[in-house]
Amino acid sequence: MGELLKVDRMKTEFQTEKGPVTSVDEVSFDLKEGETICLVGESGCGKSVTSLSIMHLLDRNGSITHGSVLFEGKDLAHASEAAMRKIRGNDISMIFQEPMTSLNPVLTIGDQLTEGIRLHMKYSKSEARKYAIEMLKKVGIPRAEGIVDEYPHKLSGGMRQRVMIAMALSCRPKLLIADEPTTALDVTIQAQILKLMKELREESNTAIILITHDLGVVAEMADKVAVMYAGQVVEETDVYTLFDNPKHPYTLGLMKSIPHITNPDDMRLDSIPGSVPSVFNMPKGCRFYDRCPFAMERCQNEKPELKSIEDKQPHSIRCFLYEKEEQDYEQKHAEKEVSS
Amino acid sequence: MLQYIVRRILIAIPVLFGVTVLNFFIINLAPGNPVDMMVNPSATPEQLAMQKHELGLDQPVWAQYWHWLTQLFQGNLGFSYSTREPVTQILVAHIGPTLLLMGVSLIVGYLIAIPLGIICARKQNSWIDYLVTGFSFFGISVPHFFLGLGVIYVFASKLLLFPTGSMNTLGGDGGLIDTISHLVLPVAVLATGIAGNMVRYVRSSMLDVLGKDYLRTAKAKGLSQFIVTNKHALRNSLIPIITVIGIDIPMLIGGAIVTEQVFQWPGLGLLTIQSITSRDYSTLMAINLLAAVTVLFANLLTDILYAVADPRIRYD
Amino acid sequence: MPVTEQRQPLLQVKNLKKYYPIRKGIISRTVGYVKAVDDVSFDIYPGETMGLVGESGCGKSTTGRSLVRLEDPTEGQVLFQGKNLANISQREMRKLRTDLQIIFQDPYSSLNPRKRIGDLLAEPLLAHKLATKKDADQKVNEILEIVGLPKQYKNRYPHQFSGGQRQRIGIARALMLRPKLIICDEPVSALDVSIQAQVLNLLKDLQKELNLTYVFIAHGLGAVKYISDRITVMYLGKVMELATTKEIFEHPKHPYTEILLNAYPIPNPHQRDREQIVVEGDVPSPANPPKGCVFHTRCPFAKDVCREKVPQLTGKDHLVACHFPLETVNV
Repeated sequence: MGELLKVDRMKTEFQTEKGPVTSVDEVSFDLKEGETICLVGESGCGKSVTSLSIMHLLDRNGSITHGSVLFEGKDLAHASEAAMRKIRGNDISMIFQEPMTSLNPVLTIGDQLTEGIRLHMKYSKSEARKYAIEMLKKVGIPRAEGIVDEYPHKLSGGMRQRVMIAMALSCRPKLLIADEPTTALDVTIQAQILKLMKELREESNTAIILITHDLGVVAEMADKVAVMYAGQVVEETDVYTLFDNPKHPYTLGLMKSIPHITNPDDMRLDSIPGSVPSVFNMPKGCRFYDRCPFAMERCQNEKPELKSIEDKQPHSIRCFLYEKEEQDYEQKHAEKEVSS
Repeated sequence: MLQYIVRRILIAIPVLFGVTVLNFFIINLAPGNPVDMMVNPSATPEQLAMQKHELGLDQPVWAQYWHWLTQLFQGNLGFSYSTREPVTQILVAHIGPTLLLMGVSLIVGYLIAIPLGIICARKQNSWIDYLVTGFSFFGISVPHFFLGLGVIYVFASKLLLFPTGSMNTLGGDGGLIDTISHLVLPVAVLATGIAGNMVRYVRSSMLDVLGKDYLRTAKAKGLSQFIVTNKHALRNSLIPIITVIGIDIPMLIGGAIVTEQVFQWPGLGLLTIQSITSRDYSTLMAINLLAAVTVLFANLLTDILYAVADPRIRYD
Repeated sequence: MPVTEQRQPLLQVKNLKKYYPIRKGIISRTVGYVKAVDDVSFDIYPGETMGLVGESGCGKSTTGRSLVRLEDPTEGQVLFQGKNLANISQREMRKLRTDLQIIFQDPYSSLNPRKRIGDLLAEPLLAHKLATKKDADQKVNEILEIVGLPKQYKNRYPHQFSGGQRQRIGIARALMLRPKLIICDEPVSALDVSIQAQVLNLLKDLQKELNLTYVFIAHGLGAVKYISDRITVMYLGKVMELATTKEIFEHPKHPYTEILLNAYPIPNPHQRDREQIVVEGDVPSPANPPKGCVFHTRCPFAKDVCREKVPQLTGKDHLVACHFPLETVNV
């Protein structure tokens, strides 16, 4: 499996009247072909901004100001709008949280599906239509031949999300970014969509960045996970390591605070006190400092870096608690390099 | 849909009836009457009474209305009290110039307003946005008589570029070029107002649509900004635009009373003023009826256009 | 909290129906009904939490709103301490309003943005003439402390609070009149996960301290399980199953309950390859619900009788509306 995407210390800023605001700071992760990474975190942690930054779909006042986004070796952080247009919908496509508002209400499903197909695959009008119907069938839409001429308001939320998936996958992208694709759906419909995404992923070998706040969805879908907090990745590892051996205090807190139906009856939820810091008032040191049960004095003023520790799988953490492990890892790998 | 249209037309009948009743009685409540305006001031009371009797003005108002209504059903709008010509003929003579003036003004106004509105929305808070918004406030707030007199002073009296008024040069042989040169100034005045109003609706409607999720979807497909704006966004922002057009259409008939007066444009607006000053009841009633029909028609057209623009709107 | 049989129910819902007419044409003639709630019955005992769960359009919120008479039922009764809410006088209703309170999903839209929190909270006390201005101020301080907000906050306006804090204010407002029953309508759905736990724990602690009774409406089963003693599972305006939380989760009898529980992704990657029944299709429209059992169109076990006959809600403690309840032995 070759490397597909490498996001390195990406920083996204928004120009506002109050001056520049950093929404995402030092986000790093990488992704191989066919792999699924989940970006997990609460609202305002920067997971959506990260994906929109990669696609250059931020509002006019937002842009990547530092770091790089290497997609198949090309740096998208500095790509031109014309170059991005060729990539969007073609090499990288996206599905969004709100299926009810993500489709244009005044254009037919067919219109919206064939647009991308004709643009990127250079199909003729009738070929594109045939292919669109084929795609609708593939995502499990009944009566695809009829639905293709319908307007979005005739479809339920689940069906619209299927249309969005058909649209996103029609040009056989190498990377699919799915921003909370099931959050707005009912659970039984969520189960349908997740099943569909798994099947299509297997068939097409598309890499996926799945953005979610639901650890259940993460466990179900991810190969690897980046936990985000206040615009930073605080922990990154593969999904099994994350659930078996979570390290960062925020990850631990998140896991213990979610009421789940498999929790034992008398278990009391641990809640994380306080709330997420505002982008206008980011703490100087660790951003989790004032909510962290293990906070030390140095956490207030010193900024922790995302560093690797020794584990069964690659595992990196942004926390001073694991400084010793991080040093051990560095030493070991330095020795390895020397010996080789 | 067809059923809906038929139903709307059926509802229009009692509405029109009500409009004529109201108009007739309000006109009759106004002080003065056609006879006072028409005869010379030295006429004796007997002569006046004779005249009144001849025109049926000595009968009670309801009887006069009944007479007018029964004539209307026979397609007869009556005779002008002041010129003694048939009202139908007068209307036909004046409707053409008004349709020409207003039609050209609306088209010019929209051709300016719609692209400008889109640009403003795309470049919100830029210098061009401020400039256009400023122009729009100017267009809405400057009274037409003032702007009209202003352009006549500058372009007709001083620069001698265009004629000061009327539709054709007096004693000239008319022709297209002549009419166009007469059109320029009144159209400029009217289009300024129309565009000033429309630009604000286009801008705000576009701004609203530009923030919608489905535009992000369209961009994420790799479509160019041009297609995103003009295919995906514009169609969605049409509803408020159609509403304004629906409000503008009755102006086609009602004409711009003030502007026609300022430029002595021989249209319905000018006719309205003349009919009011001469208490020409029958002509006024006909103009009112025509205006009411146009408003009702414009409303129906607006509703139909809504359904065309937005597939979620269905009348059944 | 175990439910003892001899206790008097605090609230009884009897054959509650709420139909919304569908009007068409210019004369708005009624051409059909959206059956938002269709024949729902249950009892709620003092001190317990009844969870109402189901997917969107199942009628759980309409049911909740009917319980505090924000909706007038089309048919059926809601009895609070034996009194029918539909035919009591305005004066009596005003008195009852102090006992019945509701917390909404988005407290922000129900808080007047121009009023300070302190005034907002004191308002119901003053409106019901239950306290003087000075006493009310004292009460506001107490309540703010109870819901975990510093009392200086009473001089702030609603927009100055985060989502979790606003929900605390929503809870504080409901508590001002010392109610007996609180309807919690999706109180944590709009909140971030780490904040959800704070609010759920707060609700749980308050219940113990103040001996409150809750009706807890949510689509997230995790939260419902955490807080409820008994659970009512609804689908298309009807009750599918009603039992204690333990029974619902360990021995679900209705196929819909089973499927709903099964559909939740489990936060354990080692279980991702488990057998999962994924139910096909969408929830039918409540304007045109299926004949017979409303779930038959999506039920993997549906038989002919399910398409014809409406199953009745039967059972003693564990009620289920299904012609073929799941064998409890196998689950």
